[in-house]
Amino acid sequence: MFGKKRSLTDTGLLLTITVLTFVLMYVAAIIFLGQGFRTPQGFFNILNANAALIITACGLSIVMITGGIDISVGGVVALVSMCCAVYLDFKGGSVGGAILIALGIGVAFGLVQGFLVAYLDIQPFIVSLAGMFFARGMTTIVNNKPFNVAHEGFRALKDTHIVIPGLGVTNRKGMYIDAYVEIGVIVALLIVLFLFIALRWSRVGRNLYAVGGNNQSALMLGINVKRTKFVAYMTCSILAGIGGFVYFLHIGSGSASNATGMEMDAIASSIIGGTLLSGGVGNIVGTLLGVLSLNTIQNIVTSAGLDEAWWTGITRAAMLCLFLIIQSIVLARRNKK
Amino acid sequence: MAGQTKVKKAGSFSEFLGSIFRNQLVIPVMALLILALFNLIADPSFFKITFNTTSSGEPVLLGNLITILDYGSELAILAIGMTLVTAASGGQDISVGATITIAGSVILRVLCGNAGSRPEELATPIIVAFLVACVVSMIVGAFNGVLVAYFKIQPMVATLILFTAGRSIAAWINNNELPIISEPSFGYFGNYIPGNPIPTPFFIALACVIVMMLVLKFTNLGLYTQAVGINEKSSRLNGLNPTFIKLLSFIILGLCVAVAGLIKVSRLSTINYSVVAKDIEMDAILAVALGGNALSGGKFNMTASILGAYVIQFLTTTLYKFRVPADALPAYKAIVVIALVVLSAPVVRTWIADMWKKIKPKAKASVKEGE
Repeated sequence: MFGKKRSLTDTGLLLTITVLTFVLMYVAAIIFLGQGFRTPQGFFNILNANAALIITACGLSIVMITGGIDISVGGVVALVSMCCAVYLDFKGGSVGGAILIALGIGVAFGLVQGFLVAYLDIQPFIVSLAGMFFARGMTTIVNNKPFNVAHEGFRALKDTHIVIPGLGVTNRKGMYIDAYVEIGVIVALLIVLFLFIALRWSRVGRNLYAVGGNNQSALMLGINVKRTKFVAYMTCSILAGIGGFVYFLHIGSGSASNATGMEMDAIASSIIGGTLLSGGVGNIVGTLLGVLSLNTIQNIVTSAGLDEAWWTGITRAAMLCLFLIIQSIVLARRNKK
Repeated sequence: MAGQTKVKKAGSFSEFLGSIFRNQLVIPVMALLILALFNLIADPSFFKITFNTTSSGEPVLLGNLITILDYGSELAILAIGMTLVTAASGGQDISVGATITIAGSVILRVLCGNAGSRPEELATPIIVAFLVACVVSMIVGAFNGVLVAYFKIQPMVATLILFTAGRSIAAWINNNELPIISEPSFGYFGNYIPGNPIPTPFFIALACVIVMMLVLKFTNLGLYTQAVGINEKSSRLNGLNPTFIKLLSFIILGLCVAVAGLIKVSRLSTINYSVVAKDIEMDAILAVALGGNALSGGKFNMTASILGAYVIQFLTTTLYKFRVPADALPAYKAIVVIALVVLSAPVVRTWIADMWKKIKPKAKASVKEGE
């Protein structure tokens, strides 16, 4: 009947839901709560606080597109921030060295987890669960007392603000305050841009979707399935390493309780962003919007007066639950066709 | 070990070896022996058990082995439920630690009633509080079960929801207060009953194990669970209801969680939301894996899982003995998990089998040369 009407693809449908959710939520926040949401800086603050989450969630999305999962990312972020803090403060290292450490830890986790999942065919959840506990345990072994980093070069980098012209506001005293973002946000946005292009137009990117969509047919098309999976886990862990450094740059301290529950936030962001757990469907821009939605709802809940600590956990979990159910319905629809 | 000599006399040695390695119990028993041997060499005083009296004059047994018996019991109770969930759904419930906190929080809330967080006397009998916790835990289990069975979400992702929200919900139940129960009889479940020198959790675990064994023996639960785990489609074609059986396995795990929660809050007569039963999900999964059960579902062996739970506690106690701090324990256990899953991975097993085939003819040849 509606032969000419093109049906929406799964990616398109899920992405549409994500965009709508985010826009609706932000508009609702501006109308009902005002305050922090009205100024551009309110938006930039969400970005500033979540640059690391954006980076790790993007990595996780790539793994989820291949049909796997990696819950070790939060642990890796904690381990990276602790190692960098110890290296800068106790060992007198340089910022460049700290970045190398962050990348090194990411590569190490990527090598081991990628090998175990891709080449030994072990369930990704078990491997990364062990990875998560290993990283958390190692963090306390490296140092178990929280401390602030006083390294000068690092402090300078941490306090570098990138001013965005034209979006500042004039406060009550008539002073003009510039809108700014931190360096981490620039890194995060560059990574999002790069991954978006890579997933869309590069061969590796298309292979990732093919492997996640159907393992067997990808194999028959001559795609090296094992290597593609390995690449996905490697990318995810390296991004977790970079995310760890950006997180460290934002928070400026080493603590074993850093990045608690970050793996959950990253998974929730990916899922809200329209990445299917079963693989083959997903979009990096969706993940970015997922992170923003997750934090907007949390800000709404906090400003609405439910500011006890436990509401954060409950809100996020409820949001994840809702989107999981939406996904499940979309999947059921796809299987029926 | 007594059977060893008999079989040796009766038949070929390789047949005997094969039968041993095909038995699931061999993995936990071997692990237990290795750990015991390691401790025996490193420090024989590990096995010392002393008979003490408490300040109130009650006899108690103390020692590392008693600690293992004590703390391994709550793990064994969890392992019962976790084995069923693993077998039926092919995934694990990672929210058990958080749901134990919910169960414990509910028990304390009901016991306190409206009398504030430091009640002079209990508002309700302990059994009522426990039953309420059972119902709540079963509802929580059913929530996970519905997500897994009806919405077909991977078990570990579905339970991730409560893994993060669980401790927050537990804190919310008690308004973030930390109730303290002064009634001494509440402490019996996690410590000692006066006059009995063996810790009570062991008896609770024993009761749970006996009930489970009877259920497995006299009902089709075990058979149906395995059938669903091995092939969901064919079990449905054979007239089973896979969705219901998966849901049931999560509800049973909920019940196990309630019992473990009672023991946990009884130990200290209070609760700490962020610390109680921390990382226990890892131990419970490890117990199932150590029992030689496939983590991808299907056939299971309950005895092996329960034995696995005590072996895990043995490992934990050994690590504590060597002054490994509690926060660092997960790192060591993660290595054990990885070693276990790598050894049990089908790919690795095929490699080993191929290697064995290559070595075997050579070994036979060398034996002949020797003759």
